[in-house]
Amino acid sequence: MQQAVAFSASRASRRGASIGDPIFAGLARASGVLVLLLLGSLILSLFIGGLPAFRQFGAGFLFSVTWDPVHQIFGAGVSVYGTLLTSLLALIFAVPLAFGIAFFLTELAPPWMRRPVGTAIELLAAVPSIIYGMWGFFVIVPIMSQYVEPTLIDTFDGIPVLQDLFAGPPFGTGLFTAAMILAVMVVPFIAATMRDVFETVPPVFKESAYGVGCTTWEVMRSIVIPYTRVSVVGGIMLGLGRALGETMAVTFVIGNADRISASLFSSGNTIASIVALEFPESSAGSLKLASLLALGFILFVISFIVLAISRMLLRPRLKV
Amino acid sequence: MSATIITAGTVPGPAKDVQAARALGRRRHRVNLVVKVLCVVATIIGLLLLASILFTLLWRGATGLSLAVFTQTTKPPGSNGGLLNAIIGTLIQTGIGTLIGAPIGLMVGTYLAEYGRSSPLANAVRFVSDVLLSAPSILIGLFVYELMVQPFGGFSGIAGCIALAVLVIPIVVRTTEDMLQLISPSLREAAVALGAPKWTVIVHICYRTAKDGIVTGILLAVARIAGETAPLLFTSLGNLNWSISLSQPMASLPVTIYQYAGSAFDDWVQLAWVGALLITVGVLALNIVARFALRARS
Amino acid sequence: MSITMSAAQGSAGFGGMQARSAETINEPRIAIRNLDFFYGSNRALKGVNLDFPDKQVTGMIGPSGCGKSTLLRVLNRMYDLYPGQRATGEVMMDGENIIAPDMDLNALRARVGMVFQKPTPFPMTIYDNIAFGVKLHEKLSKSAMDERVEWSLSRGALWDEVKDRLNSSAMGLSGGQQQRLCIARTIAVRPDVILLDEPTSALDPISTLKIEELIDELKHDFTIVIVTHNMQQAARCADQVAFFYIGEMVEVSPAVQMFTAPRERRTQEYITGRFG
Repeated sequence: MQQAVAFSASRASRRGASIGDPIFAGLARASGVLVLLLLGSLILSLFIGGLPAFRQFGAGFLFSVTWDPVHQIFGAGVSVYGTLLTSLLALIFAVPLAFGIAFFLTELAPPWMRRPVGTAIELLAAVPSIIYGMWGFFVIVPIMSQYVEPTLIDTFDGIPVLQDLFAGPPFGTGLFTAAMILAVMVVPFIAATMRDVFETVPPVFKESAYGVGCTTWEVMRSIVIPYTRVSVVGGIMLGLGRALGETMAVTFVIGNADRISASLFSSGNTIASIVALEFPESSAGSLKLASLLALGFILFVISFIVLAISRMLLRPRLKV
Repeated sequence: MSATIITAGTVPGPAKDVQAARALGRRRHRVNLVVKVLCVVATIIGLLLLASILFTLLWRGATGLSLAVFTQTTKPPGSNGGLLNAIIGTLIQTGIGTLIGAPIGLMVGTYLAEYGRSSPLANAVRFVSDVLLSAPSILIGLFVYELMVQPFGGFSGIAGCIALAVLVIPIVVRTTEDMLQLISPSLREAAVALGAPKWTVIVHICYRTAKDGIVTGILLAVARIAGETAPLLFTSLGNLNWSISLSQPMASLPVTIYQYAGSAFDDWVQLAWVGALLITVGVLALNIVARFALRARS
Repeated sequence: MSITMSAAQGSAGFGGMQARSAETINEPRIAIRNLDFFYGSNRALKGVNLDFPDKQVTGMIGPSGCGKSTLLRVLNRMYDLYPGQRATGEVMMDGENIIAPDMDLNALRARVGMVFQKPTPFPMTIYDNIAFGVKLHEKLSKSAMDERVEWSLSRGALWDEVKDRLNSSAMGLSGGQQQRLCIARTIAVRPDVILLDEPTSALDPISTLKIEELIDELKHDFTIVIVTHNMQQAARCADQVAFFYIGEMVEVSPAVQMFTAPRERRTQEYITGRFG
């Protein structure tokens, strides 16, 4: 092996290649830190931008239902109410629907149907939210105002409480319709998460339940759901987090009102929609803009809490 | 407890009431059937909703499709305008946003999978990335507005690109980390055993092995940002004139759709539908390609 | 307890198979003195003293979890990848202590190569698989690299089967071919020592035979250490065999002696199948 001499000579020159390691590792770590800085500066910029409003209106900003650009008095009350109401209402409709779809996909559908239907549901999730907004405005709103809302108004007429909840001129736009659109948007997320979580149940558990004669529903109810309970809640919270921050789907149909009314059919605002709608008319440095940024900060806090809880619930079971 | 002799075959309790058992069974089957029917109904509703959206897009959008859409820029109502500048603007901003965001996301994902793993810093980065992933995109828009528009006194295309890049990063981080973690340790060890330094193992072996999954993640990120409106409202604002300058406001399809759809002009509304159709087709196509590629791999 | 023995010129029969063992054991290429190995606080190797003779095959046998693979991975500092794993003692090769902290790991691994239990072809062409390791340590011209690739694949008993498809993906090879590729890849950087960690346990008998023949060829130029669960394999391939039991090296002997007249009782019990 006379080549051994030349071998060790060229081997020595390769020592330099080990500089690559610290550089690459440094780059990797730096990019990780960059992500941390990104979130940090996001929180900071929203807070600092909204500071004038917080200072001006104090803690009352959170609950004040006045939004008066003319007199320069702003409050978060209307939009926070709208955000919470539309999101919670959306969940009330979305969760059962999503559950039904997930149950269908995991237990009821024949194997050949699972992939295409599952893909179709996932495609629903991929549709951009502005499409939902347009579809909601041009297709759902007329249906709401011509069929759904008048029917509901008539049905509950005369029943205390409910008649005020389902009252008022059936414009078709408003909080209820926005909630419906949000529900449609959120169903695929929750359904997909539920399906993934249902599929983690070891077949052994289900088989032992079938073995004592349980029906499909009973297996679902007594085995699958308790086993996946925590993750299911996590998935629902993930959907909630999505609904809270949705802008374009809601902006088209919410009606842009600056007060809270009793009826679900009334116009309103969510934080996202009011920021989108009022931003063009806010001049830089104005109190209005500061109020909008303050609203953004509040939305961030709400979403953050919901997302953190959802992540805590989902991470152990499912790599979400 | 009296001294009862329990012989094999005697189970305590009343005798088996066959009638009651059957009635119970029938009821349970009814309940099961009802639930099954409801679930099928739920799925049909879901599919109908998808069908309604797609059908509406096709019906209302296709009728407005013409060459002018792709050759004319946005013009005042009644002037037979098109969507050219919006289409180009979306392509530019999506492209640059991905170009900026994907490498950063790749490095962060590499950090999480190869260096940090379960260290406190890595866990923090992972958490923050997840938060950014699901954070309302309108807040990203406000953030970049504060960062790049207000200080420099104007809306700009590059601000739009940055906002989209911020949206891309967490998506790519997630898929990159997941794909890298799938690589078997013995493949890495085989490269190390040959004397490869760590960065060579990562770049030449790991990236090459995980290539398809990582590309899929990037495609999904592109599909996501192509349809985003809210972040662009506060950054690139939209531009009804032709402009490809990054330092000026730049048009984009979603923003133009937003402006047109809410207007009172029929031809603008029609163009909004065309734009909506174009975006949806593009986004769904990207999704289908990405998902089928990913499934073929696994 | 009696094992048939035909002591003719140093070969021994074991279960009817021919052993290829050497008559004498050479000077050590690697000398281990007082090696301890820790996974965290758990001591997996205790006070190991072992010599690996130059240009001969040392087999390491013993029941699962006794430390054979652990010891193998000390020899190329593979454990450095995992925090919490450490070694104390001396592992001397060419006058240097391998486990000293200032050892240049990349250079070490160019001298001590390893083949794993599971074939691990890189997701590249066959040519690039071989070239990958070489490029790390040497700058070769295209023709020199071609030569090296051919040389490695020939010595790896794979050249004839792949010479027409060097640019096709390595993933398309069969399991046995992939393992020979890994061996060729390891040889290509011209190490002094080759470590084999149960190299044929995932392969069919025909591939196993081919690789054992390969090992017999390779030992003329390389010092070889092979960990194996299969005693017959150790008997067939090794010149010297070391028996490990729960982190300690119980006995090391020339192969013939190990399988016909082991010194230690535990060795004898393991070899005759009293425990596994």
